Amino acid sequence: MATTQTEEAPTTFGLFKGFLILGLTGFGGVLPLARHMVVEQRRWLTGAEFIELLSLCQFLPGGNIVNLSVAIGLHFRGIPGAAAALFGLIAAPTTVVLGLGVIYGRYSHDPHVVHMFAGLAAAAAGLLVSMAVKLALPLRRKPLGIAIAAAIFVAVAGLHLPLVPTMLVAAPVSIFLMMTLRG
Amino acid sequence: MSETLAALALIFMQCSLVAFGGGNSALPEMHRQVVDVQHWMSSADFAALYALAQAAPGPNLMVGPLIGWQVAGLAGMLVTTVALFGPSSLLTILALHLWRRFKDQPWRAVVQAGLAPVSIGLVAASATIIVRAVDHEWIFVAITAVSAGALLRFRIHPLWILAMGAAVGWTGFGQ
Repeated sequence: MATTQTEEAPTTFGLFKGFLILGLTGFGGVLPLARHMVVEQRRWLTGAEFIELLSLCQFLPGGNIVNLSVAIGLHFRGIPGAAAALFGLIAAPTTVVLGLGVIYGRYSHDPHVVHMFAGLAAAAAGLLVSMAVKLALPLRRKPLGIAIAAAIFVAVAGLHLPLVPTMLVAAPVSIFLMMTLRG
Repeated sequence: MSETLAALALIFMQCSLVAFGGGNSALPEMHRQVVDVQHWMSSADFAALYALAQAAPGPNLMVGPLIGWQVAGLAGMLVTTVALFGPSSLLTILALHLWRRFKDQPWRAVVQAGLAPVSIGLVAASATIIVRAVDHEWIFVAITAVSAGALLRFRIHPLWILAMGAAVGWTGFGQ
């Protein structure tokens, strides 16, 4: 597959349209679809350019795919492009989520609906558990990484510490430890 | 009302700016603020909204606008959406310029390596908090365990897992 050649740069409307479709079709994670659309289907970026923008977005706070839409929009069409891509990405999901919220609110006394949403919530919890396990697997042979992840886990899930001060302490400490103790 | 909106704005702005490693890192803080601090909803309601957002397409931070809607209607949703996506987007725009300049600096890899275990710890905490809120009957524990196991073992689309959970729940079996 020719993923080293890019087509011509998308227009602002093209960015909006592309991310609108991504937002509409990205069930259970948009990222794999985003790569498919941006690199293989529309060829806006090469595979390497995509990875570079993605690693920046993973490095920044906020939703990875949200940041990625902003970065790609900015890359091609400046601030208007960034806004178009972001609005495209969140327009459809916001509408769908609201629709589901209204249904949940209206039928929250129907026992079948209550049971169904309870089952749905249990399955969604399973999704999150599997994601946590997948993320944690690469730490297997890194005792320092395990120790840092475990400390954060206890602080947030066990002691219910607020996230902002926790991160302000944990992020620099973790980076410092990695810098001094690694290798 | 405007106090509620201001609180929503502040909470979700914070969530967005400290969510290193993606939207799920922000869940524990959203849960703490919305359930424990503001008492806007029960832990079970929070988990239900999270599940709704998972069943919808799009980024996994979509639980934010849904919480805003539940707490303060349309205005709440708009405020939450802007707070959740605005500041982190501005940061992305600024960072893209700097990133290009520091592309080959070795400290970049160190910072990334240092942030990775932090975000892993946060996602594990998110999973624990949601499981705690949801799995109060054996049938829910079973659905969660089967869902997680299936996703780890097989290449299966998450939407099938959610449909399975909703279908088993619908029967009311074990509830």
